[in-house]
Amino acid sequence: MNANIGNPHNGATPLVEMRDISIAFGGIKAVDHASVDLFPGEVVGLLGHNGAGKSTLIKILSGAYPRDSGQIRINGEEVQIGNPRDAKAYGIETIYQTLALADNVDAAANLFLGRELLTSWGTLDDAAMEAEARKVMGRLNPNFRRFKEPVKALSGGQRQSVAIARAILFNARILIMDEPTAALGPHETAQVGELIKELKKDGIGIFLISHDIHDVFDLADRVAVMKNGQVVGYAKTTEVTKDEVLGMIILGKCPPNAIRGPGAID
Amino acid sequence: MTQTQTAVTTQTQGKEGLLTAFLRATEIDARMLGMFGALILIWVGFHEYGAIFNNNGAFLTYRNLWNLSVQTASIAVMATGMVLIIVTRHIDLSVGSVLGVTAMITGAAQVWIFPKVLGLGLGHPMIWILAVIVALVVATAIGAFQGLLVAYLQIPSFIVTLGGMLVWRGAAWWVTRGETISPLDPNFKLIGGGPYGAIGVTASWVVAIVVCVLIILSLIAGRRQRQRFGFPLRPVWAEVFIAVLGSVLVLGAAYIANNYPWPAGIVKEYATSHNIPVPPGGLFIGHGFAIPVLIAGAVLIVMTFIANRTRFGRYVFAIGGNPEAAELAGINTKRMTVMVFALMGTLVGISAIIASARLNSATADLGKVDELYVIAAAVIGGTSLAGGSGTIWGAMLGALVMQSLQSGMVLIGFEAAMQQMVVGGVLVVAVWLDTVYRRRIK
Repeated sequence: MNANIGNPHNGATPLVEMRDISIAFGGIKAVDHASVDLFPGEVVGLLGHNGAGKSTLIKILSGAYPRDSGQIRINGEEVQIGNPRDAKAYGIETIYQTLALADNVDAAANLFLGRELLTSWGTLDDAAMEAEARKVMGRLNPNFRRFKEPVKALSGGQRQSVAIARAILFNARILIMDEPTAALGPHETAQVGELIKELKKDGIGIFLISHDIHDVFDLADRVAVMKNGQVVGYAKTTEVTKDEVLGMIILGKCPPNAIRGPGAID
Repeated sequence: MTQTQTAVTTQTQGKEGLLTAFLRATEIDARMLGMFGALILIWVGFHEYGAIFNNNGAFLTYRNLWNLSVQTASIAVMATGMVLIIVTRHIDLSVGSVLGVTAMITGAAQVWIFPKVLGLGLGHPMIWILAVIVALVVATAIGAFQGLLVAYLQIPSFIVTLGGMLVWRGAAWWVTRGETISPLDPNFKLIGGGPYGAIGVTASWVVAIVVCVLIILSLIAGRRQRQRFGFPLRPVWAEVFIAVLGSVLVLGAAYIANNYPWPAGIVKEYATSHNIPVPPGGLFIGHGFAIPVLIAGAVLIVMTFIANRTRFGRYVFAIGGNPEAAELAGINTKRMTVMVFALMGTLVGISAIIASARLNSATADLGKVDELYVIAAAVIGGTSLAGGSGTIWGAMLGALVMQSLQSGMVLIGFEAAMQQMVVGGVLVVAVWLDTVYRRRIK
């Protein structure tokens, strides 16, 4: 494969480069020699049916699964990501489809889970964490007041904003959003859209994963389409139509303006 | 007519509103209130039953309440660890057997090995110190080993500890091939309580006052902290109420412990050995807090601190709420599992010390069926078997409720078979009530 997969920034170093990534569960190749890349301030939509391998591919980047083969480069340097902690150390933050919140503790505890603020005595500094939580939540969801309640008491939208807040709290450089608007109403979906634009301005690279093209098309700069664990192709959203992308998702057919991947059929 | 009705409705609404507002302002858990209510009901109930049917209300006496506190200590200590085990969605059925084998090894060490092999004289202060260390190390190691099997070999904790229950009970027998080790080291024995194993009147007041000061200081520190960040504060009257309530409970416990006098024989023995003249009316020497009760109190404070104020505690609850999320947040859930089981082991070690010291002997049967009382205490105290929720103080209160029921039934002369049936029934009813309560607040 070439180094610039639909590279819009000729010659620039990508923020993330995943090359020839494969992983198998039992005998099933969930991801089969897939490559994607991501540049600063760019939104890449990762599309495909349920089971196409997009979530699995991205979980390799976020450290949830170890890859069988392939390379990951961050800012051009090859890195080893063995667990979620490694990924976070490289500024990779993930908002999982399931949100991955601990339902029985409050918003602040979830925001800082695994990265708690400590007092000089080494104990949890709950007040400081709540203060930070109030700050970041005030930016995302100004109406949020329920800081003392376990997150299971919150609405779907509120839980989503907690998950998003957790991802942006630690100055992420790379953000992975797995079906970020699946559980949201139209108003909240629009809010997430605004947030993505804002984060883009800050130079954060975003992978947006969805099985629904409408969620992604207007927000993404490029799309990468997967089918049966392989990449069908890459395209700039300005150069292809939604119908053409749908053709890639459903049939695996690569339109002329897209760059072919190994999973494309003729 | 309509007017009066309206008036009545408003009044009741106002009343309900008051109680709710009161609970909210003081941040007192309704469940906590319910448990205290149940405890008082049990205490008064047994006392009155005895007073009416046996002409002797023996429950609410200094003597009984003091004994109750000592009897509760061992189960209460283990229940605090069981909370963390159950919160992380595990179970430990082996605690009774681990207690047994730990007590046997500790007993053998202090009676046979330390005096004979190390050549320490009888009653040498190093003996009890080494014995305590042996107990803690043995029990912690067993806990950690079982935790390793659960975490890294991924054997369900139910099976690991069910096996452990049988293995360690057998091991307890093997230590001496069934022989009972008695008596134990005279200093070690004091850890179990008894007249000499209590700290006396003056020291008890000092302890109680220190605890009261700590309660007040921690309330002030919490308030300052919230002020610093400009968070909403509890009303001042609510803070004062909590401080007063906590202080009254602690001072009341000290008052009760101090008013339970030494038996005349012990007083005589003590007076003779210390050359104190005994007045004709007899000499009053109060027990004060028993050492095992102080240990349980210290465990309550330390375990509450661990559960609420440390990363370890935060991770325990996060794992219980959503193990996958905890893993994705970068928490090493396997290592946490080992640590939780090891901590449970340490607490079993403390209970093994208390239980064998109290009996002044180590037997292979020590701690039999304790696992069920420990689990029951944690569950009655509001620990959810689904994982993710539970409190340390709740488990201790649960242990006190269980022990109150048992010793209450002994006092009013119920047969052992009947006692078992009542305790079992209460466990089921308590969990049912808790389920109803949880559904209500949802």
